[in-house]
Amino acid sequence: MCQAGEDYAGPAQREPPPVPRPSREQKCVKCAEGLPVVVIRAGDAFCRDCFKAFYVHKFRAMLGKNRVIFPGEKVLLSWSGGPSSSSMVWQVLEGLSQDSAKRLRFVPGVIYVDEGAACGQSLEDRVKTLAEVKRILGNTGFPFHVVALEEVFSLPPSVLRRASQEPAGTEEAYKAAVDSFLQQQHVLGTEACASPAQGQGQLRPSHSQEPSGTVGHPKDAQTEALSRLFKSIKTLTAKEELLQTLRTHLTVHVARSHGYRKVMTGESCTRLAIKLMTNLAMGRGAFLAWDTGFSDERHGDVVLVRPMRDHTLKEVAFYNRLFGVPSVFTPAIDTKAPEKASIHRLMEAFILKLQTLFPSTVSTVYRTSEKLVKAPREGCATGPSGPNCLLCMCALDVDNADSATAFGAQSSSHLSQMLTAEAGTPTRPCCGAGEGQTQSCHRAVGRREDAWACIIEQLCYSCRVNMKDLPSLDPLPPYVLTEAQLRSQRGSVSEEIQEYLIEEEEEEDRAEPCEAMKQEAEDKGIGL
Amino acid sequence: MPAPTCFSCHKARAALRRPRSGQALCGPCFCAAFEAEVLRTVLAGHLLPQGAVVAVGASGGKDSTVLAHVLRELAPRLGITLHLVAVDEGIGGYRDAALEAVRSQAARWELPLTIVAYEDLFGGWTMDAVARSTAGSGRSRSCCTFCGVLRRRALEEGARLVGATHIVTGHNADDMAETVLMNFLRGDAGRLARGGVLGSTGEGCALPRCRPLQFASQKEVVLYAHFRHLRYFSEECVYAPEAFRGHARDLLKLLEAARPSAVLDLVHSAERLALAPAAKPPPPGTCSRCGALASNKLCQACALLDGLNRGLPRLAIGKGRRVLQVEPPPLGNPSRVTSDPVALPEPCTCKQSKDESNPCGNGGDRAGATCVSKSDLSPVAE
Repeated sequence: MCQAGEDYAGPAQREPPPVPRPSREQKCVKCAEGLPVVVIRAGDAFCRDCFKAFYVHKFRAMLGKNRVIFPGEKVLLSWSGGPSSSSMVWQVLEGLSQDSAKRLRFVPGVIYVDEGAACGQSLEDRVKTLAEVKRILGNTGFPFHVVALEEVFSLPPSVLRRASQEPAGTEEAYKAAVDSFLQQQHVLGTEACASPAQGQGQLRPSHSQEPSGTVGHPKDAQTEALSRLFKSIKTLTAKEELLQTLRTHLTVHVARSHGYRKVMTGESCTRLAIKLMTNLAMGRGAFLAWDTGFSDERHGDVVLVRPMRDHTLKEVAFYNRLFGVPSVFTPAIDTKAPEKASIHRLMEAFILKLQTLFPSTVSTVYRTSEKLVKAPREGCATGPSGPNCLLCMCALDVDNADSATAFGAQSSSHLSQMLTAEAGTPTRPCCGAGEGQTQSCHRAVGRREDAWACIIEQLCYSCRVNMKDLPSLDPLPPYVLTEAQLRSQRGSVSEEIQEYLIEEEEEEDRAEPCEAMKQEAEDKGIGL
Repeated sequence: MPAPTCFSCHKARAALRRPRSGQALCGPCFCAAFEAEVLRTVLAGHLLPQGAVVAVGASGGKDSTVLAHVLRELAPRLGITLHLVAVDEGIGGYRDAALEAVRSQAARWELPLTIVAYEDLFGGWTMDAVARSTAGSGRSRSCCTFCGVLRRRALEEGARLVGATHIVTGHNADDMAETVLMNFLRGDAGRLARGGVLGSTGEGCALPRCRPLQFASQKEVVLYAHFRHLRYFSEECVYAPEAFRGHARDLLKLLEAARPSAVLDLVHSAERLALAPAAKPPPPGTCSRCGALASNKLCQACALLDGLNRGLPRLAIGKGRRVLQVEPPPLGNPSRVTSDPVALPEPCTCKQSKDESNPCGNGGDRAGATCVSKSDLSPVAE
């Protein structure tokens, strides 16, 4: 992009083409009839109808091209209230009301996660926001789930396990599903309103879909615990990351417990370009294709999809404005934070600024991201069966401490230093108090260090860096700590039995652990 | 607040805090730690085997100065011989001063020094002449494109001349992180796929290259130079610095301020990036004119020189390349053909590596002999 305009292609093409300014007499570039109302790219003025067609086509083409959403499947739309996800919900709403040939064939539901406690919103503000949220969701007619982020404190540890059931994602499976759906529809065809999508969406009153009566009224203790957790984190970068992680876990849990197979998130092309660069700077290079690709299968049975990834933020803003798409403003965790406060904010400001200087910045980054693959880079050993990160659930991307890599270079110097720092600070005040306490105090510190180390070693590179900004892991929601403990127990058990194992006989040896454990043991590659 | 005692020796007053870890160390302990970390990188990465003759790319700047100094400290332990190779780009008022710095370093550390000049290697083209030639065709930063490509080639030539088996350059972690950011912003998937490693093991005729300072942050490099009292040349080149890298550099500084490990996190990302096989460049071939490693028919250095000689300096840059590929390389241009053999005294072609036993490994004296026959061979290869 830096070379725009300075390419040498012979003298004939040197003079720049005149840039036509859209004037009042100009017509829409598409239909050549309508009055242009919006200029998307330089010189391309669209009329209202053509812009709508262009916008809708992008959305449907993204779904049609990737073929991961099966007809009749339950899809959870993850709605934050912001412009992109609102536009996405709107697209689905319009897609379902179209005539039968073009109608979207999945069954949507909407989830709204109330993050007020993590973002420091007051209780009254949260109530106000929730009322607005429910009003908008009620108007869609979709079943919806309004969930408070506080509910992460009652999540089961199984959320962190990759469901072994592989999503049926092959081309043939998709075709078979479409065929059977069409047949089924043919049978029902004589009856009015044949589509199950419409049937379910309208027959059921939306309230019956709401999970547990906790909506809007999380327990005070949990609200307290959540804000304590977020207040304890030292950097905004780590806060933001933890918030995203917890939100994803909660969404996946809701999706699982209500039988949704897909979760749609509304990240726009601009947002994904920013996310890509942010994650790059946080050491997530190995997972960029997972974090920003169209579909994300890391949770196994529930697949995250990003159907808005072709729309730029500018298009979204124009569409929402022209067609009156309702959205809700809620302060995010980084609202009003200074630009230098976090990697996220820095990268966002940088990309948006660069975009004004070089208008192809976002699309270049986005196109580059398309060339990334999910499989680990060759030469970097982590098979698909290797252990996954406790938090982000990606395959661990850490090397041996003695390898010639950025990880190795840090772990040789960092580890010793980190441990001493950890041990140094808490010991001094309490051990000075009384001689008798010294021993128990040391033991406590030792145990805490163990717990710390046990969690850290279950994390990927990037999550380790983030967790360094937590002074203590204790305020983390119980499901994370429990799962960490389970994993490390399983790890040590499998180490213990390792010496008794004869190749190919591991099946008998792990008869006693419960089913979930067994599955996990498989994931961790017990028989290696 | 009094300075804390050194974290490592617990005796001396600490003189600095390490930027990444915040550890307080005294000067000698920091230098020892820094050297130990470079040693660790070299050993863990198997970068420089025992007995290697190592050409250190010396520019007189902080990175190469620190690299040369650290390697000189480590040389006995690694069992390597060092040779400084400096490149004279022919930039009046800038390079001569930098070369003076390199000369005094070499004299002080008693290291052999070889200076190779663009003017001798590339048929009289100095960077000043290139800048004059490109001035009409666009912005001045295209100078850096030429300079970068030609310097790489010149360093290779210089290393061969002194009989080196390995080339080391002073790129640090910040350089690497900037490059990753830039490659994403430019959409250069090929470079992303290739990047992220400590160096190349030497494909084809090229010498193995590596960057022992790749995990050292720029700040620590400067701190090391400070505590070892190293004198280096720190002026900006007279030609405008690459504008785009400037953006990436500014961003990196901000990222580092927000999170001290950001630089290494980016390096880690670069190491782990997985690109689709289609994005990976095809295995490099050899330049049909000079025999050096090339991903196209002509290597980039030959292509650039070709453009310069034809008076179309942007021919091999960006979309100009398309023109280059349509037209055959103008060997038939009568006015230039005389200068061409002089322009590229390249040592070895792969034609020869088949004929003769092992021209690449034979080093300096052989190189002189082969470059004479090269100009005779290249038309045959066409």
